[in-house]
Amino acid sequence: MIPAVFEYERAGFVDEAVELLGRDEEAKLLAGGHSLIPAMRLRFSRPSLLVDIGRLDDLRYVREHGDRIAIGALTRHADLVGDAMLREHCALIGEAAALIGDPQVRHRGTIGGSVAHGDPASDLGTILLTLDAEFVARGPGGERAIGAGAFFTGPFETALEHQEVLTEIRVPKTAGTYLKHVRRAHDWATVGAAAARVDGRVHVGLTSMGPTSLRARTVEDALADGATPADAAAHVAEDAMPPTDASASSEYRLHLAQVLVRRALERM
Amino acid sequence: MTSVALTVNGSRCEADVEPRQLLVYFLRDRLGLKGTNVGCDTTSCGACTVLVDDESVKSCTVFAVQADGSEVTTVEGLARGDALHPVQQAFHEQHALQCGYCTPGFVLATVSLLKENPNPSETEIREGLEGNLCRCTGYHNIVKAVQAAARAGA
Amino acid sequence: MENLSLEGALTVTFVRSLLAHANIVDVDATAAEALPNVQVMTAADLDLGVFGPGFPDVNPSMGRPLLVVDRVRFVGDIIAIVISDDSATGADAAELVYVDYDQLPAVVSPHESAKDEALLFPEAGTNVATRAGSPEHDENLFDGCDVVVSGTFVSQRMAPCPLEARSAAAELGPDGRITAWLSTQTPHQDRTALAETLGLDPAQIRVVGLDVGGGFGAKTLNVEEVLVVWLARRLGRPVRWTETRSESMTALPHGRAASLEYTIGGTRDGKVLAYRLEVLQDCGAYASVGAVLPGLTGLMASGVYAIPRIEFESRSVVTNTTPVSAFRGAGRPEASQAIERAIDTFAAELGMDPAEVRRRNFIPTNAFPYTTASHAAYDSGDYEGALELALRSVGYDALRDEQRQRRERAATTQLGIGISCYVEITNGIAEIEFGEVEITRDGGAIVRTGSFSHGQGHETTFAMIAAERLGLPVEKVTVHKGDTDEVARGTGTYGSKSTQIGGAAARLAADDVLEVAKQLVGDYLEASPADIVLDPALGRLHVAGAHSLGISWADLALRASADGRLAELRAEHEFQAAAPTFPFGAHVAVVEVDTETGRVELRRLVAVDDAGTLINPLIAQGQVHGGIAAGVAQALYEDFVYDDDGNPLTGTFVGYAFPSSADLPSWEAVEMETPTPLNVLGAKGIGESGTIGATPAVHNAVVDALAPLGVRNVDLPANGENVWRALRKAKA
Repeated sequence: MIPAVFEYERAGFVDEAVELLGRDEEAKLLAGGHSLIPAMRLRFSRPSLLVDIGRLDDLRYVREHGDRIAIGALTRHADLVGDAMLREHCALIGEAAALIGDPQVRHRGTIGGSVAHGDPASDLGTILLTLDAEFVARGPGGERAIGAGAFFTGPFETALEHQEVLTEIRVPKTAGTYLKHVRRAHDWATVGAAAARVDGRVHVGLTSMGPTSLRARTVEDALADGATPADAAAHVAEDAMPPTDASASSEYRLHLAQVLVRRALERM
Repeated sequence: MTSVALTVNGSRCEADVEPRQLLVYFLRDRLGLKGTNVGCDTTSCGACTVLVDDESVKSCTVFAVQADGSEVTTVEGLARGDALHPVQQAFHEQHALQCGYCTPGFVLATVSLLKENPNPSETEIREGLEGNLCRCTGYHNIVKAVQAAARAGA
Repeated sequence: MENLSLEGALTVTFVRSLLAHANIVDVDATAAEALPNVQVMTAADLDLGVFGPGFPDVNPSMGRPLLVVDRVRFVGDIIAIVISDDSATGADAAELVYVDYDQLPAVVSPHESAKDEALLFPEAGTNVATRAGSPEHDENLFDGCDVVVSGTFVSQRMAPCPLEARSAAAELGPDGRITAWLSTQTPHQDRTALAETLGLDPAQIRVVGLDVGGGFGAKTLNVEEVLVVWLARRLGRPVRWTETRSESMTALPHGRAASLEYTIGGTRDGKVLAYRLEVLQDCGAYASVGAVLPGLTGLMASGVYAIPRIEFESRSVVTNTTPVSAFRGAGRPEASQAIERAIDTFAAELGMDPAEVRRRNFIPTNAFPYTTASHAAYDSGDYEGALELALRSVGYDALRDEQRQRRERAATTQLGIGISCYVEITNGIAEIEFGEVEITRDGGAIVRTGSFSHGQGHETTFAMIAAERLGLPVEKVTVHKGDTDEVARGTGTYGSKSTQIGGAAARLAADDVLEVAKQLVGDYLEASPADIVLDPALGRLHVAGAHSLGISWADLALRASADGRLAELRAEHEFQAAAPTFPFGAHVAVVEVDTETGRVELRRLVAVDDAGTLINPLIAQGQVHGGIAAGVAQALYEDFVYDDDGNPLTGTFVGYAFPSSADLPSWEAVEMETPTPLNVLGAKGIGESGTIGATPAVHNAVVDALAPLGVRNVDLPANGENVWRALRKAKA
């Protein structure tokens, strides 16, 4: 299938992308394109202007930022998988990135593109939410940081304004686990469950269990009150609104989430 | 129309393209490199796999304009004269293809895999080729071919 | 196919129904035709009748209109044709063809369809396309049985998924003949069907099958190809069409889609006395090949067992879904899946090892030829030998020990071992195939075959067959196929019949050429042709007992060419076997099942497949490997599903769970050769055996893993969700 007609501009720097986005209400940013182009090919998505930021190599990095790790928005999944600093300080991200799609997808797909797409089935979205990551965006009014809790606003919707470009993601140095159940190795998560220790508390996140990546706050509260992993995991139903689709029913997803959350917590 | 300049199989080419032209159709229709096949429309099957700057990429999910300035290798660019690339040779010898439609994609995915991991285990090979689908071989001989290519130092 | 260059060709894009069942009120192509060089055609422009069903016993009113006239019957039905300069414009224009639908209730479930409440073809008065077997129940069928058990399952709908979707192109020549390039398995049959549908003399049509990227039973002539050829004639311009994958997922016929209900009865010591099988076949929206496949299921109902009494009944009904046709196995997998589940259910009821129950019921090796109670006449077999070889290869006893240990410690991940012993029918209607061998000017040979190859390797296998008979190196023999102008006749490739009839025809033609060559050599050497013999090692014909008095193929060709007699070194042969052949085998699958998530991992699959004499073991094994993968795909992964309104939910490779290498293990294929007496090669078919054997082995393994938890059956595909449902049901 061939996408509908669109105009194409390549941005040489972030502020140029911000300006280009301002030209057209139906404009979209193109990073690795591995969420957007498939949607355009099936004509589910039909932007009239694509602003290509794929060449902004200065947004491709992993580095220390105070007590956090800063990841450039255009860092590819393949870069995350092999990154030594992440392996040392936040191994969860590289481990989860290795589970995304397939090698070809990981060679092109970027962390920023993945989360900005707002897909409730995004592994990295769930992990960044679980880690309470900070999202740095630049727009016409300058730069702002958005907390993970406010970032994912709905299915395929985020807090990013039309003219804002996601530039950096900051995560804490911590350990965690991500378990992903798939029908096939390269599939989107039927269910994913993340657990990580953040600021002295265990956070739990869920993939494909609602309109966005979710935090299982009832589970977290139960844990904080001393519940066992199994007892805490039993609360998943209170935190999730799992969909039914071709890969699983809502009720099976709920069951899976309980099992995966319990297993993730047992590994903490 | 947007102009692009890229190197394909070592030859530089410049062209004006419609932005919506996918790299695979640019290679097939503009450059006549018909070895790269299209097997799906959802970035699933990997039949269109090529190397962009030495890494495997699904050319159905890259616009030609995005490849501007890149080096692209298709299956036509692997052999040296009459000598097949070691990965091609291994696929041939191990009977790793039947209808052959998925083969160029598998060969290029293998070249990229072996570059990143020259001595993969069977599990690493199977996972490393998870982005390529084959309906004929049941993958058995493809895995054997990758093992043979690795042994041959491809 | 897409690589064919065709100067000035127009592109065809089909406008397909977005609804499963609706009356068409209006089609407005104004906006589409406003695009540059775009033309839109509908049924009103068409002067052709209905395509199919093509089988005498199938309700004739359930054929498919080439273009929908007033009612769409599945998502994907063709409403209009867009003709444009290129495919991008075609896609743009197709979106701009506005269709006004009056939606009708969709009939998606075959069980609902069978009630005949909402009819797809009101004029037919029923949704039943055809029936097979007998609706009469013998009340005494299970007399004398100590144990009678039953079960039901669905052999789910599968999409064939050749990696190359379909493609077709056609051009009208200056001589008024039309050439059609098709992505097909059956060029000659396509020519015949095109001629019939278009009202032409077959001599006016040339069909060329180029390199075809897989078929698996689905790539036979369909409405799209007919329309492409019709358009080329109508427009007087070359036209071409290439299917997109998401189009192919609903437009290319599906396979399986059969609901099965079995009852099996026997004695406490494990002897099966009676078996009853009922099939409800979903034909999809129009009745074609799928409607008659249950006939094969009934024929093969007995499997490898000597069962004294068998009853079979099937109904085939239409639904508002993609039409069903052949897919790798076509009717026989359903038979194996049913009898092998039945045997395991029977064994579980008796508390007997499933291998032992099989041993007690096999048709004995000395009983062939053997006719079953379901009326199949098996040529040759050694079913017990195949099972014992498979059990030895897999290390059956050690696996049962490992299983026992896991069960004793109530491990979360349980081990399951599944057995399937199968027999299948190939060359099912004992067809005729054409072969021709011609010696070329350089002393090599050309084999022309009416069979077709789209990955099966006939180019190698048939060359080997001819080379061996002629004493030529295999690289001196080339195989030509697929062009109806070059190959006089043919039936094509399906039903695992190529080598046994096409290969045999090539061999017999090679023998004929050798006889002609002896005449010629006799003339040249002034000897009697009867005294001329071939030295196969040297590729040289000489006078018997006088090696020095001889001539090589190369010299013979040169001399015959100089004398204008080269054309004599050519022979045609048509071969028809007296009956079908029955390959068989035994598969053993080993699975691990996570009893919490339901996740199944196939650890091993040992496959003993006996297809008679193997010509090229490497190619034959390749067929087995691919066959097994398709069988495992049905057992564990794939399922084409619709919602209640008939919308496909698995219409892309994202939704449809076609497994990759990471989802499957390597296969342990073990060869066994029991030649058939029915052809000179001793060969049976091999292309579908792996598929037929693998699904029940894996299915049985999953149920076996969960047996201690009270599970008696798991729906196919036995994926995480279906395993979890089975566990939940067992607990309830």
